[in-house]
Amino acid sequence: MSHIEKVTATDTPLLTVAGLTKTYGARIGCADVSFDLYPGEVLGIVGESGSGKSTLLSCLAGHQRPERGRIAYDGQDVLAMSESARRRLGRTDWAYVHQNPRDGLRMGVSAGGNVGERLMAVGARHYGDIRAAATDWLGLVEIAADRIDDRPRAFSGGMQQRLQIARNLVTGPRLVFMDEPTGGLDVSVQARLLDLLRGLVRDLGLSVVIVTHDLAVVRLLAHRLMVMQGGRVVEQGLTDQVLDDPQHAYTQLLVSSVLQV
Amino acid sequence: MIRIENLSKSFVLHNQGGALIPVMTGANLAVSCGECVGLIGPSGAGKSTLMRLVWGNYLAAGGAIHIGATDVAQATPREIIALRRETLGYVSQFLRVVPRVPTRDVVAEPLLQLGVAQAEARARAETLLARLNIPERLWDLSPTTFSGGEQQRVNIARGFIHPYPALLLDEPTASLDATNRAVVLELILEAKGLGAAILGIFHDEGARSTVCDRLVDVTGFTPKAAA
Amino acid sequence: MNDATPEPAYNFAYLDEQTKRMIRRAILKGIAVPGYQVPFASREMPMPYGWGTGGVQVTAACLVPEDRLKVIDQGADDTTNAVSIRRFFARTAGVATTTRTADATLIQTRHRIPETPLHAGQILVYQVPIPEPLRFLEPRETETRKMHELEEYGLMHVKLYEDIARHGQIATSYAYPVKVSGRYVMDPSPIPKFDNPKLSDSPAIQLFGAGREQRIYALPPYTKVVSLDFDDHPFTASKAAHVCDLCGARASYLDEVITDDLGGRMFVCSDTDFCTDRQAHGKRGRLSAPISGGAA
Repeated sequence: MSHIEKVTATDTPLLTVAGLTKTYGARIGCADVSFDLYPGEVLGIVGESGSGKSTLLSCLAGHQRPERGRIAYDGQDVLAMSESARRRLGRTDWAYVHQNPRDGLRMGVSAGGNVGERLMAVGARHYGDIRAAATDWLGLVEIAADRIDDRPRAFSGGMQQRLQIARNLVTGPRLVFMDEPTGGLDVSVQARLLDLLRGLVRDLGLSVVIVTHDLAVVRLLAHRLMVMQGGRVVEQGLTDQVLDDPQHAYTQLLVSSVLQV
Repeated sequence: MIRIENLSKSFVLHNQGGALIPVMTGANLAVSCGECVGLIGPSGAGKSTLMRLVWGNYLAAGGAIHIGATDVAQATPREIIALRRETLGYVSQFLRVVPRVPTRDVVAEPLLQLGVAQAEARARAETLLARLNIPERLWDLSPTTFSGGEQQRVNIARGFIHPYPALLLDEPTASLDATNRAVVLELILEAKGLGAAILGIFHDEGARSTVCDRLVDVTGFTPKAAA
Repeated sequence: MNDATPEPAYNFAYLDEQTKRMIRRAILKGIAVPGYQVPFASREMPMPYGWGTGGVQVTAACLVPEDRLKVIDQGADDTTNAVSIRRFFARTAGVATTTRTADATLIQTRHRIPETPLHAGQILVYQVPIPEPLRFLEPRETETRKMHELEEYGLMHVKLYEDIARHGQIATSYAYPVKVSGRYVMDPSPIPKFDNPKLSDSPAIQLFGAGREQRIYALPPYTKVVSLDFDDHPFTASKAAHVCDLCGARASYLDEVITDDLGGRMFVCSDTDFCTDRQAHGKRGRLSAPISGGAA
């Protein structure tokens, strides 16, 4: 099993980001962001709207191009890669879970087709195998097998989000970017999704960069936390240390502004 | 196993005029394998602060906290995560779990993190839950709906499911009845027997005298009111 | 055939020479990169979109006075669309016309490939409504062009997957997507998938014109064209399981014709020239008139 290897080989970072800067004219998107992400590690990025966390995520995922800085994934310089290599990475080794499942799903395609797309994109040409893999993944994200031919339109928000996760993870990615994955969901549905994500991270050795403004979510999911303000990282460290003993003025304000974390 | 040297801690409250509040200075403490040390001192003297510094969710201002080969005061987040996974256990007073996850899985979680197979992890969780008198009908429910005493025992089960070489116990017997208190004390003694170094806060004097080899008064680590 | 005499008021084949040169450049580029959709500045034609304005412009750019033109619509030479286009070029270019596949030098077609095998030197011009095979699943043009550029064709199989999931088999029966020379995925225009095998290795030049969408693409002679499929659901070139009721042909594509309101129906070759020719050679079907005459 390849993921066993991934879990144990934790001595070298999977993702190294150095001095990443993206500006929009005079306005700073994110500035001088650096961090390492190791296999099996969940990094939370928190901050209020406009703090640069979404800009950072889209630069990392290759949706936007930063002006300066370096992104190394598994030893490869991501910014120097050809577009086709980067897009290939985007549908094999990487995954991106959007806040709104509509942005990450094909709403006119059945659940099975949604999950199977990445497999077909990397050359799967056996219908029976594709369908079997889709069925397995629907099971893993707790969607009944008899919903495989239904379109996501017929699903609840929580199911859509789980379908999006299955669609992303079917090719066994090693690095997952998540943008407010529990954002639009009911609290009880959030809980189920959090539990699912924790299990997948643990069992598959996934590395995750998760952007959220929900401190309770990162407390339960993230190993490490990065706090952003005005496009800059003002504090980073162990999640419960940053939340329980925040050092920076902004983090203190952020933590004290939350009712109960 | 646990060696605290010249540890100090202060808080800077940026949103209250940048007030610097020193809360601990010159703390020295050692816990050997198989030893249980109880922290005493009046409320607010810094017992919980010391526990949190050792656990790593408070950042030390100075000094060292050696647990095995790791200095928590200097360690990177990754090292602390590895330490918590393999070496350092913590029974806190608060149960912080993902809602809706069954109690059995909450207790088994630390073993899964260590790569133990799910069936075995669950079996060990069930054994411990049974021993702590959590009725079997509750195992499939989330502990978030449990009573205080039940939650406390779930927390204890989580803390004892893996034989951590170092263990932090924050009021482990606080809201328990006599039967369950006895079970918990038994668990602590067993852990000591296996060589765990235990640092704890026990308000319950009977418990303290049963399990603690030594008591340390944290008042000695409180900074003298300077200004 | 002699539909009309040439109109001196028009330039040869209606379009001005500049425009024809522009279209020829697009055609040459399309031939150089088989299956690639070449944008071109589609002109207004004196017929509505959907009537083959793309095909007509390609035909106009290819015609020379010596050509003999055949125009078919779903295999038939005598439908309104086919007749109009044939007369259009007879009037504006004065070229000879024919209904016989073997005699034609240029055939403009809507939704069929003639049954009679094409030969070297012939040009087959297809009218294309929507040239982009990925369109139905990915509406963004920028994204589909990127997908062609980077050969990201997984989505095409998603369409086929959906077919099987819903119908138990690949139910796409026309405009069935193909891969050209192992590179570009192409929409062969709404020909029945029965015709797909004829796309491959044809001695003729095949040109595709989409007027509204302003795209031209091409298959040079003897190009490998493969219909997409799954290993466990291979492509099949299906047709109605009948024989032609007029000429008895077993292997030609058939149209179903309802003959009354009591459920009466007949199957006839969609390729009228092919059917007529067979009948002229004495081939008979179930409902053929007796050789000596009389109504069917």
